[in-house]
Amino acid sequence: MSLAVAKKGAITSTGPSAWRPAVVAIAILLVLAVLPSLVDPYQTVLLTYGLIMAIAALGFNLLLGYTGLLSFGHSAYFGAGAYTVAFIVRDLGAQSMELCIVGGLLGTLLISALFGFVCVRHTRIFFSILTLALSQVLWSLAFKFFWVTGGTDGIRVAYAKLTLLGGLVNFAGPGSFQRFVFAYYYYVLGLFALATVIMWVVVHSPFGKALQAIRDNETRASFVGISVRRYRWIAFVISGAFTGLAGVLWVPLNGLTTPDILYWPFSGEIVFMSVLGGFRTFTGPIVGAVVFNYLKTYAVASTEYWQLLLGVVLVVLVLALPSGIVGTAARLAARFTRGTS
Amino acid sequence: MTIFIIQLLNSFFYAAVLFLIAAGLSLIYGVMRIVNLAHGTLYALGAYVSAWVVGGAVGHAASGTLGVAGLLLLLPVGAVAIAVVGAVIEPTLLRPLYRRPEEYHLLITFGLLMILEDAMKFLFGGTPLTAGSIMDHMGSIPIGRLLYPTYNLFVIAIGLIAALGLWWFIYRTKFGVILRATSQDRRMAAALGINVSRVYVQAFAIGCFMAGLGGAVVVPAQAAVLGMGIEALILAFVVVVIGGLGSLEGALVGALIVGLVRTAGIQFFPEIELAVLYLIATAVLLIRPTGLFGRA
Amino acid sequence: MSLLETVHLKKYFGDTHAVDDVNLTIEEGEFISLVGPNGAGKTSFCNVVSAYYSADSGKIIFQGEDVSNASVTQRVKAGIARSFQLVNLFDDLTAFDNVALAIFSREGKTRNIAALARRDSEVTREADAVLNQFGLAGKRNELARGLAQGERKLLDVALAYALRPKLLFLDEPTSGVSTRDKGQIMDTIASVVRGEGITAVIVEHDMDVVFKYSDRIVVMHQGAILAQGTPAEIRKNEQVAMILIGSSGPDAFSRKD
Repeated sequence: MSLAVAKKGAITSTGPSAWRPAVVAIAILLVLAVLPSLVDPYQTVLLTYGLIMAIAALGFNLLLGYTGLLSFGHSAYFGAGAYTVAFIVRDLGAQSMELCIVGGLLGTLLISALFGFVCVRHTRIFFSILTLALSQVLWSLAFKFFWVTGGTDGIRVAYAKLTLLGGLVNFAGPGSFQRFVFAYYYYVLGLFALATVIMWVVVHSPFGKALQAIRDNETRASFVGISVRRYRWIAFVISGAFTGLAGVLWVPLNGLTTPDILYWPFSGEIVFMSVLGGFRTFTGPIVGAVVFNYLKTYAVASTEYWQLLLGVVLVVLVLALPSGIVGTAARLAARFTRGTS
Repeated sequence: MTIFIIQLLNSFFYAAVLFLIAAGLSLIYGVMRIVNLAHGTLYALGAYVSAWVVGGAVGHAASGTLGVAGLLLLLPVGAVAIAVVGAVIEPTLLRPLYRRPEEYHLLITFGLLMILEDAMKFLFGGTPLTAGSIMDHMGSIPIGRLLYPTYNLFVIAIGLIAALGLWWFIYRTKFGVILRATSQDRRMAAALGINVSRVYVQAFAIGCFMAGLGGAVVVPAQAAVLGMGIEALILAFVVVVIGGLGSLEGALVGALIVGLVRTAGIQFFPEIELAVLYLIATAVLLIRPTGLFGRA
Repeated sequence: MSLLETVHLKKYFGDTHAVDDVNLTIEEGEFISLVGPNGAGKTSFCNVVSAYYSADSGKIIFQGEDVSNASVTQRVKAGIARSFQLVNLFDDLTAFDNVALAIFSREGKTRNIAALARRDSEVTREADAVLNQFGLAGKRNELARGLAQGERKLLDVALAYALRPKLLFLDEPTSGVSTRDKGQIMDTIASVVRGEGITAVIVEHDMDVVFKYSDRIVVMHQGAILAQGTPAEIRKNEQVAMILIGSSGPDAFSRKD
């Protein structure tokens, strides 16, 4: 049984109108590019966080939406990327963001390859619990080995010491925070656009189709000649890499890397984002991550009981709107066009 | 030698509490194939409610009039309260999802977890609540040259009684037969005239009662704090993974193993004690995914 | 060299001998019907040869090579494909995508991660051709879950066919379909399979279908082969008639209407 929810209105991009989404995407990209000049730095920072989490959710959803595997342990790959960067900066004195990205990705790839190899031997509930247990191993190590990881105090990474684009952009001197916010936003935006394009190609490639086949019917997939376990593992590694990249990008913005990002409720937030946006669509996780980011920020600001608020949102989502924001919007749009034709 | 016995007793104490939580989790999964991510939070809620009730009783009455027995009798109030909460949760949040893939249970119970965690913060505030007066009143027993809290022995006894009681309930009563029939084949049970919806809500309530009882029983020894539920859930998972989801014996053996490893861990390798537990769970999931006693 | 040879093939489920010492040889180009009462072991036999089950003992020799320990994917790559009695499709993919996927897999293209699936014109053309052969061209862009039962059964067979197998197992391709559609579906399948000379083993209950299309009929009973032969030979076989219909005599296999 698959995680299908949408019936007649399922999103398939095999139709001829592939140009319309491309035009919409470029338009959105343009809007995003213009935004920092229109809003204050706080909003820009907020949106940067949103785009970073969108990369994380995009990676996560390769497993859930396209391969049918619900991971409750993606905090492990986010954290692996983040801590690798923190170590590189603190212990190796690295300053180049590009070096951090490469290093962080390597760290995440190692962890996700290892964990993935272990986890894809099982499916459904056992897979989820396994991913959870493994992420907790990582969390407990980060928590306990405080002389390495700084424990709950974490590791500080100062943006002022970092450089972008191989040293072209640095943040020394006065007004550096404003410049950092501005420059880093575009840096993240560029990587976000790149990540989205790459993921789009992946899910629309023959490999992506094979993943969806595995999601829908793993028995038939193997009887069609697909090595189910191997493909799941590859999907796992790619998924972890994207989420790890998000962790890498998150560090300079947050300034502090703590075990919280390895703790399993953070994994839950990544799941939440994808479900909120609609995990059976491509853009759902992106929309969900950005919306969740705003939701959480304003919830935290307005009430002490923001967790309750978010919990209610999730429950309502699951009960009433399982296709999420994008999924529901698509279904309404389909009904609307059918109604008017 | 004395230290060894005390460590052993500590393990058993810890195992007793874990057993209560894990048995509830396992029962719910065994009957309904649902994994309740909020199960640990229900345990925490049980701890809070019990501490609050006992604290209220102690505050309002001279402790002499109630006595230890009276206070002890108040503990299960927490468990009953959680059972009631469970009886409300199942029909409202879980029943609508039975036709959907099992992942949706994880999602909705995660949402429930978030709601309950904050509900506890709202109701009981951020400061830890204790029912420590019970523990104090029960005094200590000498073991060798050291003193050991009598209350801990009481908890171990409760764990044993609960294990036996559950076993008797599931294997020796009519309702237990109905429970087992429903867990093995829901449709067949319904065809035989069993009201499956009612069995489900009852099973869920019993499972929640166990979690609440775990909290009620632990709170005289350990204060109720925010976040205890999340920690407990992961450990309960480790227990049922090792013992086998859906198995009572598995929950008992798993709890003992986790209790012993944890105590040994804290003594000999404190940094990686938690990591070792999670790794054991991972190893079990790899080698024998159904656990020591479980069925798929 | 025969295409397939099973040697003392056995599969037991506890006391039940699902496949009981079956020695069957299949030559290239044959269209074989596997018949027998329910529980005779027909589907179990298919399951063992296609690696859905692992045999308890015995050997499976395919094109001269011992594939007894080969995995499902290895046997598929070797050239054994099967369809399923209870339809097994990729429900949230379109009919086109279902077939295209089988082709991508066959061509080893499922490892392509940097190319768009729909841009592969070779695969697109072939997938459309296969859909056309099975009369499903009109449902190309519909999700598999939205197809009618008969269409789903055809798509199930089309998936196996798209692998261009050397040996095709069809497990009750017309079961669960209304009598009216049965004939049409079987005609479509037979015209494709027989038309291209694909060696096929079809598990079937409908004796009319069996007699109409088979080169050879293999009758199974309680896990073992009871009899095999041409339709004419089987028609005269009284023991077979007893087992399958419960009566014997020269008119046993005629439809009584």
